Amino acid sequence: MPLIQVKNLIKIYQDDGIKTQALSGVSFNIDQGEFVGVMGASGSGKSTLLHVLGFLDKPTSGKYYFANKEMGDYSEDEINFLRNQEIGFIFQAFNLLARTTVLENVKLPLLYSSIKKSLWDAMAKQAINQVGLEHRLNHESSQLSGGEKQRVAIARALISNPKVIFADEPTGNLDSKSGTQIMEILKTLNQNGQTIILITHNDDAAKYAKRIIRLKDGKIESDKRR
Amino acid sequence: MRLNYILKTSMTALWANKTRSTLTILGIVIGVAAIILVTGLGQGAQNLILDQIHGLGGQTIIIEPGRQPQGPSDFSEAFTDSLREKEYQAITKKSNIPGIKQATPLVVLSATAIYNNETKRSQIVGASETLFNIFDIELADGNVITNEDIKQMAFTTVIGDKVREKLFGQSDALGQKIKIKNRTFKVVGIVNPMGNVASLDIDNLIVVPYTTAQHYLSGTNYYNMIMVQAESEDIVPQVNEDIKRTLREMHNITDSAKDDFHLVTQADAIQMVSMITNILNVLLGSIAAISLVVGGVGIMNIMLVSVTERTREIGLRKALGASNANILTQFLLEAILLTSIGGLFGVAFGAGGSFLTSIILSKTVAAGWSFTFPVQSAILGLTVSALIGLIFGLYPARQAAQKSPIEALRYE
Ligand SMILES: Nc1ncnc2c1ncn2[C@@H]1O[C@H](COP(=O)(O)OP(=O)(O)OP(=O)(O)O)[C@@H](O)[C@H]1O
Ligand SMILES: [Mg+2]
Repeated sequence: MPLIQVKNLIKIYQDDGIKTQALSGVSFNIDQGEFVGVMGASGSGKSTLLHVLGFLDKPTSGKYYFANKEMGDYSEDEINFLRNQEIGFIFQAFNLLARTTVLENVKLPLLYSSIKKSLWDAMAKQAINQVGLEHRLNHESSQLSGGEKQRVAIARALISNPKVIFADEPTGNLDSKSGTQIMEILKTLNQNGQTIILITHNDDAAKYAKRIIRLKDGKIESDKRR
Repeated sequence: MRLNYILKTSMTALWANKTRSTLTILGIVIGVAAIILVTGLGQGAQNLILDQIHGLGGQTIIIEPGRQPQGPSDFSEAFTDSLREKEYQAITKKSNIPGIKQATPLVVLSATAIYNNETKRSQIVGASETLFNIFDIELADGNVITNEDIKQMAFTTVIGDKVREKLFGQSDALGQKIKIKNRTFKVVGIVNPMGNVASLDIDNLIVVPYTTAQHYLSGTNYYNMIMVQAESEDIVPQVNEDIKRTLREMHNITDSAKDDFHLVTQADAIQMVSMITNILNVLLGSIAAISLVVGGVGIMNIMLVSVTERTREIGLRKALGASNANILTQFLLEAILLTSIGGLFGVAFGAGGSFLTSIILSKTVAAGWSFTFPVQSAILGLTVSALIGLIFGLYPARQAAQKSPIEALRYE
């Protein structure tokens, strides 16, 4: 059974009476362990799709099965649990807490979990090791370079060992060297079985994905495996 | 979610905006400080009034020279010499005041008593035997001041336990001679240790016949007060009237506003205290209400700003699994923390202020003024300030909780 199944997903934004159709009937499956790149022109609906898949937004119509259960069948509490434990997010803008250390930033998801507090530090340190930032543990996020910030964000996404990681242009704000570093980390994670869904404009980054879904005007233009 | 983590988050957020946080809680600091100050002063005034008569029982009436002081500045109006031998004699006549049981004039001064090389500065009270009855003073040894002593202006004295200890230590005091203002007094009685009664420190007291006190020690011909005991508590109002009538007739006073004396009874004191308490409660209520509104609106305003500023943070937390309740708790706690800190500072400033005021008052207009930390209003102040945080923080916190993660993350 696929981890993710979407059928005829439609999303229409309605702002002050102006309708924008961001997704116009998208269907596909993603299995556990895949590394999927989502590409397409600006405004083609990539972020919108990712937000729906990440339970941050609801589609206007269509079906979305995550782990064999339809989105509408998840309760409020279950959705919070999914966001907390099953799904990891990496944003283009890093979204770290200011005036907060690397360690505390990575621990943030645990705050909303039922995991015993005595385990938090060890879990956070392990996730930080995975992105090679153990020497920056007690630095505040503002003292880090862009690449380092994104690695903290990856550690934060990793900490609860999620079923899938969504990354929305994670290298978009980085120079090519840091970008490569980030992509290498994602590659290693995927080699260890981590499902990754990555939005990118960058062809170099897209090369890391084993399957590319191209969107155009809210529709799938192509869906190719390598 | 872990409470201490939320608290830490809130602290960090408040600390990041120190100036803003400080200005925001100023209204609450001032409000709570005012509550503490006013109740502290009220408590002091109550203590002052009640101390004057507390422990003497409901039957006791104190006649003091000068009219009832109308306020702190009125003390100078006192006619300090309006109670003399003539007045005392008139008051003790059953034909004038049928309900009287006993009475004593009081001559009060401060002097040093000397025995061998030991000295002790004490309050000297010239009185009659009645003093011992009214104050319920029990003797450890010897006798009280007798009417014979008074007639003869005898140099006899009854001393308090601390006076005995300081002057005589372990040795026997009874029958010994002590010197007060170069006069030699014979110790005829020693009082059991008993502490304060009606703001009089009995253990540090030296009692002598009032005639002797006037003639040889103070050199005055008037009394500091006359203490009267009525036959029973029920007839105190009647005895009051009789005393007033008698004294007014003697002094040709037709207008009670021109009285050159005033009476203090336990009932009066309690009534005055309850009046003060009532006024204070109204005052306190208004202060609390004003601080509630002023402080609360400020808190709500600043919390709304904070929620808007931290839209991204809220979105992030939700994307990482925070429930609406988690976000609500975080912002509510932040508001409560803010106002409670304000409350704490308010209590500190208020207590400090009323402590300073009590020192100034006790050195100027009201010698018996004492400072008591108003525990109840401190608790009230803290509760009120926490409640303000809760009530006025609720709306901004709900605004925060209801943000959708996606809107919050998109927010620039
Ligand atoms: N909250 C919103 N309200 C109204 N319209 C929206 C909203 N979010 C997105 N849109 C519109 O939906 C369309 C798809 O947006 P989306 O963000 O998914 O594009 P994208 O493919 O991620 O583009 P980019 O590469 O620039 O990030 C765009 O036309 C956008 O203007
Ligand atoms: Mg996008």
